[in-house]
Amino acid sequence: MKRTPLGQIGLYFSVIVLVSPAVLFFLWMLSLSLKNELDNTAWPPVFIPNPPTFDNFIDVFAKNDFLTYTINSVIVSFSATGLAILFGVPAGYGIAKAKATKAAALILIARVTPGLSYLIPLFLLFQWLGLIGTLVPLVITHLVITVPIVVWIMIGFFEGLPGELEEAALVDGATIWQAFLYVAMPLARPGITVATILAFIFSWNNFIFGVVLAGRATRTLPVAVYNVLTFEQISWGPLAAAALIVTAPVLLLTLLMQKEIVAGLTAGGVKGG
Amino acid sequence: MSATVAMASGPRAYGRRYWVFAVPAALVVLLVILFPWIFTIFMSVHDWKVSGDTPYVGFANYAKMLHDQRFIGAVWRTLIFTAASVIAPLVLGVWAAVCFSSNFRGRGLARTLFVLPMMATPVAISLVWTMMFHPQLGVLNYLLTSIGLPPSTWVYDGSTVIPTLVMVETWQWTPLVMLIVLGGIASLPTDPYEAAVLDGASAWQMFRHITLPLVMPFIMVAAVIRIIDALKTFDTIYVITLGGPGSASETVNILLYQTAFAYYDLGYGSAMVVVFFILILLISMLLLRLRQREDLR
Repeated sequence: MKRTPLGQIGLYFSVIVLVSPAVLFFLWMLSLSLKNELDNTAWPPVFIPNPPTFDNFIDVFAKNDFLTYTINSVIVSFSATGLAILFGVPAGYGIAKAKATKAAALILIARVTPGLSYLIPLFLLFQWLGLIGTLVPLVITHLVITVPIVVWIMIGFFEGLPGELEEAALVDGATIWQAFLYVAMPLARPGITVATILAFIFSWNNFIFGVVLAGRATRTLPVAVYNVLTFEQISWGPLAAAALIVTAPVLLLTLLMQKEIVAGLTAGGVKGG
Repeated sequence: MSATVAMASGPRAYGRRYWVFAVPAALVVLLVILFPWIFTIFMSVHDWKVSGDTPYVGFANYAKMLHDQRFIGAVWRTLIFTAASVIAPLVLGVWAAVCFSSNFRGRGLARTLFVLPMMATPVAISLVWTMMFHPQLGVLNYLLTSIGLPPSTWVYDGSTVIPTLVMVETWQWTPLVMLIVLGGIASLPTDPYEAAVLDGASAWQMFRHITLPLVMPFIMVAAVIRIIDALKTFDTIYVITLGGPGSASETVNILLYQTAFAYYDLGYGSAMVVVFFILILLISMLLLRLRQREDLR
């Protein structure tokens, strides 16, 4: 379709209107984190940090135990994602092959349920088991987010793969496990990549499980950042710096892997928690 | 020999055996999803505080909800918040999908930037919004006054807090609607458009009479997902307002959290979970049913 010059201007105008709230928001976040306290509370606001300062970032790590929280977040998100791949990829394969649409619907229930509703019973369970104050409850509850994402994406992916290669392997005497491991898995690598990225991001972003289950030493980054807010209501520089530290890995991952992420999100309408 | 047997019975015969693959995941689902559900229903018929006895009280927790003004208020607030947070992202998301489906320079980058709000950590963006809403020093009031508009109270007044939170929700989740509808537009056939161009149809006519009806199923899927997510919204409201000022933005999910983890009334909290879940399920099933009816026509 050929567009008129007027239509072309209208299109660019629309795109600018749609994209600028996102772009300006993140630029303002960056600006807040790079300014000293005087500039951050100035009126009219100072938009461009001059000169930019990294003091806020140093401040965040000096005043809070952000290193521990970062390690906690890394352990929880990596374990929850790794376990979800371990359990979820075979499950996706099995459900796709057995054409078990009912099982797939069960996965959807996990998508519909509010994260909070798992927390009351699990909180009691972990208390009885004496696990509160360790990272174990966090890893286990994060499976609520990661397993459904992985299973859901992998079902779609395995359904899209042609079955002939595996059938040929079965005819040649391979077991179904061998057909899965050596034939289907290598073909499914792009799907596993998409599932891993999305499961990781939504686990990393999760706040609600950490708020209830994490103790002082087992906070994940989103919980730690929320605590910075409650204690430093007025100091905006460190607050913005802390927020940026938490979300920077996710933003970078999105920018670098945008094709995979868009494909996965379009397929599943996924969101955690 | 065995080859012919396998061929004759076909891949269907393997169907059952593939269940083995789902066993580990099924165990996980049993532990973290099914067990909590059964236990929640069990707790909801008991007077369950964190310590002390937990006597059976039948449906008392459910009956209490009917007269609990705080709960009823929260339900209404949740419904109003949800309605607004579904409609605004749907309208903007369809507009965005139409824009991003046409070819222009820098489309890939623009689309990625547009998607960032939904990927960013909700707590982090909520903190930045909170700073932007500050009535005296916030950048939003500076922008409003600099173009001659009166400053807003944003989340600091009961009358503006819900619209403000809807704005945050719209900013965050319009991209998901866009992606789903964009997937729909990409799957459309091109010939109706070619015919329409020959007939001299305008861009708006083509959108109204070709694109919109054809992508309607995708818009409905986006609507259902949006309703579920809007009903469940927690992180942004919790961080930005904690349900305040007063209880002006206390939705069911926030009240649920307060009941269970601030007042430790686990029995009543569990009953709320059950009712809340039924509400979510009913609304999403109603929408899916409506869709099927459309298909039959």
